[in-house]
Amino acid sequence: MNTMIGIIIAAVLTNNFVLSKFYGCCPFLGVSKKIDSSIGMGAAVIFVMICASLVTYPIYYFILKPFDLTYLRTVAFILVIAVFVQLLEIVIKKLMPPLYKTLGVYLPLITTNCAVLGVTIMNIDENYTFAQSMVNAAFSGIGFALAMVIFSGVRSRVDDADSETPEMFRGIPATLVAAAIVSMSFLGFGGLGQ
Amino acid sequence: MESYIYPIVIFIVMGVVFGVLLTVLSKVFAVKTDPRTEQITEALPGANCGACGFAGCADYADAIVTKGAPMNACLPGGAGAASEIGKIMGAEVTAAEKKLPVIHCSGDCDAMQQKFTFDGVQTCASAKRFYGGTGACMHGCLGLGDCASVCPEGCITIKNGLAAFCTEQCISCGKCAKVCPNGLIELRSIKKKVDVRCSSKDVGAAAVKACKNSCIACGKCVKICKFGAIEIKDAHAVIDYDKCVSCGMCAKECPRGCIVNLRKPVVKAETI
Repeated sequence: MNTMIGIIIAAVLTNNFVLSKFYGCCPFLGVSKKIDSSIGMGAAVIFVMICASLVTYPIYYFILKPFDLTYLRTVAFILVIAVFVQLLEIVIKKLMPPLYKTLGVYLPLITTNCAVLGVTIMNIDENYTFAQSMVNAAFSGIGFALAMVIFSGVRSRVDDADSETPEMFRGIPATLVAAAIVSMSFLGFGGLGQ
Repeated sequence: MESYIYPIVIFIVMGVVFGVLLTVLSKVFAVKTDPRTEQITEALPGANCGACGFAGCADYADAIVTKGAPMNACLPGGAGAASEIGKIMGAEVTAAEKKLPVIHCSGDCDAMQQKFTFDGVQTCASAKRFYGGTGACMHGCLGLGDCASVCPEGCITIKNGLAAFCTEQCISCGKCAKVCPNGLIELRSIKKKVDVRCSSKDVGAAAVKACKNSCIACGKCVKICKFGAIEIKDAHAVIDYDKCVSCGMCAKECPRGCIVNLRKPVVKAETI
């Protein structure tokens, strides 16, 4: 039980995927312009991370390991995750149109995202059990969503000040500086859970 | 030898299985799209302004075909787009009447005191966040021109600290109404001529102190209106444009002069 809480704290705060490990910076910078879309993106990431861990865990332990193919896990995981998310997209589009409307546009963006691949490989590297992997995936996704929402709030203020920003810093450079400062604030969680 | 064959075989099997799975499922779960959706999208101006109330031109086209949304809701497209859509859908469409933005505030630099000088970023949004703006009235026009910078036609200017609209170039996209941090701008039919030019939520004496042109919610306009078109909401008068006939009686009655009648003076005003 103790380790579960440790996993949760690490996934959300101390080892936050975006702000401490710098995985998934592309959607973090790309979709954080509005709070609405950052919430949608965060939800999609939580969803995809859980699904990806769900499929890659058996693939690793029942296919790759018995045949001594663990060195090919990156390729295999990318393939499996991409296919599975594509499948989900098709099925959701047909069966759950409201869910597709909120998550649909973000799903293709993160199918082969490094944050998603990172969480599945981390599950293997840390020798997590199946339950631990699922918890790790869910809370890594929540950590990602948290970072997205916080940053979109910061960014809306940076964007308000666009006309006052020196020309060379306008747009992406100012955003990157803001992202770095938000990331530094998460360093403060460093000693937590040890 | 085995160490070479296994990965190749396993990946080929995985590839084939996934490929077949995806193909079969995409056929089974195929979502039918109507060809008319695409035609309507092309007939629309493609400005994605959102004036119709949908997320963009494509979303509006989809809503027309699948949900029976009104075919004349596209304001920038006007009569042209409406008749085009009518042809595609096989129905008669009359164009919606043109709408123009009006600002529910008349607190220009002469009427409203400034509380302090704002040296921050010169946009309404940031001024609003800083103690609600520089004006003595927290609910009035901030005068820094967020509406002017968002207007695609460039037809909004800030005159004496108050947003002013042109009438001819306006495409009725409603972006100014969305961006105003105080929600002062409203789109109303071009045929309506009488507007309340105040949105102050301050009561009585506080409103008088803040701005010379403020509504004090005295209710004289409510009493004089024969059509029941005016009511007091949040301590200021609000005109229901569906009931209003633009007779202008309220504008005459208003002791604060914050109801304006844009109609040209008619000699027999009472007979209308």
